[in-house]
Amino acid sequence: MSDDELIWRIAGGSGDGIDSTSQNFAKALMRSGLNVFTHRHYPSRIRGGHTYVEIRAAEREVQSRGDGYNFLLSLGDSFARNPQEEAFYGNEEIKPLSENLDELREGGVIVYDSGLISDEDVADLNLEERAEENGWHVYPVDLRGLAKEHGREVMRNTAGVGVTAALLDLDLEHIEDLMSDAMGGDVLEANLEILHDAYEMTEEDFEFEHDLRAPTGDHDTEQALLSGSNAIAYGAIDAGCRFIAGYPMTPWTDVFTILSQNFPDMGGVSEQVEDEIAAAALAVGASHAGVKSMSGSSGGGFALMSEPLGLAEMTETPLVLIESMRAGPSTGLPTKPEQSDLEFVLYTSQADSQRVVFAPGNIEEAYEQTRLAFDIAWDYQIPAIVIYDQKLSGENKNVDIEFFDREVSPDLGSTLTEDELREAAHDNSGKFKRFNYEDAEDGVSPRSIPGQKGGRYLATGNEHSPVGHINEDPDNRVAQMERRLEKLEAIRTELDEERDSTQTYFGPDEADYGIITWGSSQGAVEEAIERLNNDGHSVKGISVSDMMPFAEKEVTEFLESVDEAMVVEMNATGQFRGLIQKELGRYGDKMTSLLKFNGNPFEPGEVVEGYEVNVAEEDQQPDAQVRIEPAAGD
Amino acid sequence: MSAFNAIGEEREIDRDEFTPGVEPQPTWCPGCGDFGVLKSLKQALPEAGKNPEEVLTVTGIGCSGKLNSYLDTYGFHTIHGRSLPVARAAKLANPELEVIAAGGDGDGYGIGGNHFIHTARENHDMTYIVFNNEIFGLTKGQTSPTSPKGHKSKTQPSGSAKTPIRPLSQSLTAGASYVARTAAVNPNQAKEIIKEAIEHDGFAHVDFLTQCPTWNKDARQYVPYIDIQESDDYDHDVNSREEAAEIMRETEDVLNEGTVLTGRYYVDDDRPSYQQEKKAVGEMPDEPLAERYFDDDAEWERSYDLLERHK
Ligand SMILES: Cc1ncc(C[n+]2csc(CCOP(=O)(O)OP(=O)(O)O)c2C)c(N)n1
Ligand code: SF4
Repeated sequence: MSDDELIWRIAGGSGDGIDSTSQNFAKALMRSGLNVFTHRHYPSRIRGGHTYVEIRAAEREVQSRGDGYNFLLSLGDSFARNPQEEAFYGNEEIKPLSENLDELREGGVIVYDSGLISDEDVADLNLEERAEENGWHVYPVDLRGLAKEHGREVMRNTAGVGVTAALLDLDLEHIEDLMSDAMGGDVLEANLEILHDAYEMTEEDFEFEHDLRAPTGDHDTEQALLSGSNAIAYGAIDAGCRFIAGYPMTPWTDVFTILSQNFPDMGGVSEQVEDEIAAAALAVGASHAGVKSMSGSSGGGFALMSEPLGLAEMTETPLVLIESMRAGPSTGLPTKPEQSDLEFVLYTSQADSQRVVFAPGNIEEAYEQTRLAFDIAWDYQIPAIVIYDQKLSGENKNVDIEFFDREVSPDLGSTLTEDELREAAHDNSGKFKRFNYEDAEDGVSPRSIPGQKGGRYLATGNEHSPVGHINEDPDNRVAQMERRLEKLEAIRTELDEERDSTQTYFGPDEADYGIITWGSSQGAVEEAIERLNNDGHSVKGISVSDMMPFAEKEVTEFLESVDEAMVVEMNATGQFRGLIQKELGRYGDKMTSLLKFNGNPFEPGEVVEGYEVNVAEEDQQPDAQVRIEPAAGD
Repeated sequence: MSAFNAIGEEREIDRDEFTPGVEPQPTWCPGCGDFGVLKSLKQALPEAGKNPEEVLTVTGIGCSGKLNSYLDTYGFHTIHGRSLPVARAAKLANPELEVIAAGGDGDGYGIGGNHFIHTARENHDMTYIVFNNEIFGLTKGQTSPTSPKGHKSKTQPSGSAKTPIRPLSQSLTAGASYVARTAAVNPNQAKEIIKEAIEHDGFAHVDFLTQCPTWNKDARQYVPYIDIQESDDYDHDVNSREEAAEIMRETEDVLNEGTVLTGRYYVDDDRPSYQQEKKAVGEMPDEPLAERYFDDDAEWERSYDLLERHK
């Protein structure tokens, strides 16, 4: 839409270095003073298949991938060929070109590798005709040949970056710096040569007929380029977490990897274990023994964690679990985002089970809410879950360095020292009344750690007496149940009264129409609301993070303040809208759902369109693969 | 000063300290073999110089899982089959704790079978006692992974078509560095073996034959038994993997026919424990991780330092 932004898409095959190239390029843009946001799309395979990364860069803040894009760098897919004619990833060679054209904006720029994508293939695509229709500017460059000249065919990515820089009039300085940091010797030499040759060759060979130039910007403070997974991992580190157990499953693997790589230097312990039941059980064991620990998975693995989750709750062992959603059911679309595990995460585990669930909506929130999850879990001895998705996991955004400058919190919450234990209540045999309900505050009875003097008790998943003996006495049962149930209410009060709200608001204070969203759809909604208001509509938004205890007060106030609302989420059944209705017991007639579940996240334009279709009250559906579920009674 | 003063405390320890002073009375049936395990642990722990507060007993679910309800140490009664992952993490978090995991044959070899193999493989420094009564006790007498082929129960009314599991061989193959079998009916041997298992650095697996007079009246696995260390017929080298494998095979073949061998089957004192291996590769701190949280002078690395690479 706007001309003051660059949305650069690099497309090719998985394993072609798309990811690392784009990371570097995004960083270079950030260093040049721009705000950046990346979006990654890849198939569930290791080599080959169509994959792309988009980098959106602008002087103003960018919170979403934007709509479409305006610069395509199309590399060939040289690694893997799919032998099956009919397979979805059919003709790999032209895929990085053909597959991407639909979303390229009018007036956009195309660079493709003529060394890998032949003229014939291009002719088959009717590229010339389409370019004319859409005002695209096409620059075929033999990137492979150029890289080959310097002896490294794989460095055609670098050639592509050189061409991009020339076409956009970008300084090569930041790219050179980043390359020098990352490599050395011959490899660096070759890359730098390729970069410069490509730059110069482009300037010499082409007459630029496009208007698109890189925007300029200037940050006040130093920036860091982080992904949601980085933010969660760093949030855990600063919360004092030093034990992680896991089993790989996309997209959670990123967090697991980051912590596994950093823990040895921090005196932490990481364990890759036999399955997710074990993983969560290990986190429980480590936490019981006095270490701040966590585990996590994606839906399928989280399913296995429901047992240890309940155990942690009943034994009041603090526990943080991370749940990274992807499209399902079952293994679903392993590398595509969805927000469809909400109900699962809220209610996993048998009986009247309670846990705390936070759903961060962007990188900063991911960091803060992970810290919050640890605080709450250790203060209240209750499982806390951070739920996010493949989109937030993999997207990168620049964050002010100053945002992070804070201390590690090794505080074990409601845990006693040996001195304190001496003063605490014990039974006649000298056992510590670990699960005392008599003077528990906010439902919390402080705990001891094995090995401490005077703290002996039994933790059990069975109902138990104050010292932890298995106990089926009805009075004890009711007292213990009521004490545990008290925690969630106390947490709700703490979140409402003592802490800054984790809900995020957009748009004007007063508006006729409301958009409600959660998690990673937040960015697209934020931008859509800005556009709608710029276009004269009256729309405001709230992005909710407190899923359990639910942000009852904030959502009620929001819904009361608007005539109508649309709930935007990436799933097919409107799970979040359902949660609002369940928690608040009303507003079923006020809320429409805008749903998307095709494996791709919302673009702001789709939210705008959803609003328009909905408000026009026409009995129709938006164009894209996005669906409207009307309000009750509609 | 350590935050865990109970650990390594040296004093005379009376075995009664391991008995809870106030309730609960064991709910086990009269004649249950589980009493034998409890008793041998109460004897072995003080003899091994352990005091109740430095010991963490982690159990699963079943009659067997109630062990730590009747034993006054720090305890964690977990869920069916999951004692091992909980226990080994506690040991990783604080290697100075004496960690003992226990559970039934259904618990340990059935639902928890995967954890059993992996804990043995990694050779975690801990003791694992499996109450092998060849039956599901707490759920009232169903066929278990160690029940003999042909065993009839309400859920396998025509007699089990399955060959029983071979816990000793399995543990040896998986990598346990101490494998023994003892029986509730031989308290002296049981105590000695448990004590050795506690003192062993590495994964010590004790298959503990316990009778279930309520649901498994026909089981003959505990009479008569022969102590392989005491008997002249078995001149077997406990440090030899081959000999251990052979003797395990023999006894596991005839277990349900009446001749039962007990004693130490395999001891490998040279294999480093998992904790040692993990320290050697730099994946575990030298000081117990759990101590850091109580140490006001501990230096905590901040994520802020990691941000350099994101600039
Ligand atoms: C996940 C799960 N499945 C089933 C049960 C029910 N259950 C409780 S004890 C038990 C079997 C116990 O048998 P075993 O482990 O041999 O111990 P024993 O009672 O004989 O000592 C089962 C199946 C459970 N508690 N949890
Ligand atoms: S049912 Fe069997 S195992 Fe359980 S307590 Fe009774 S005798 Fe012991």
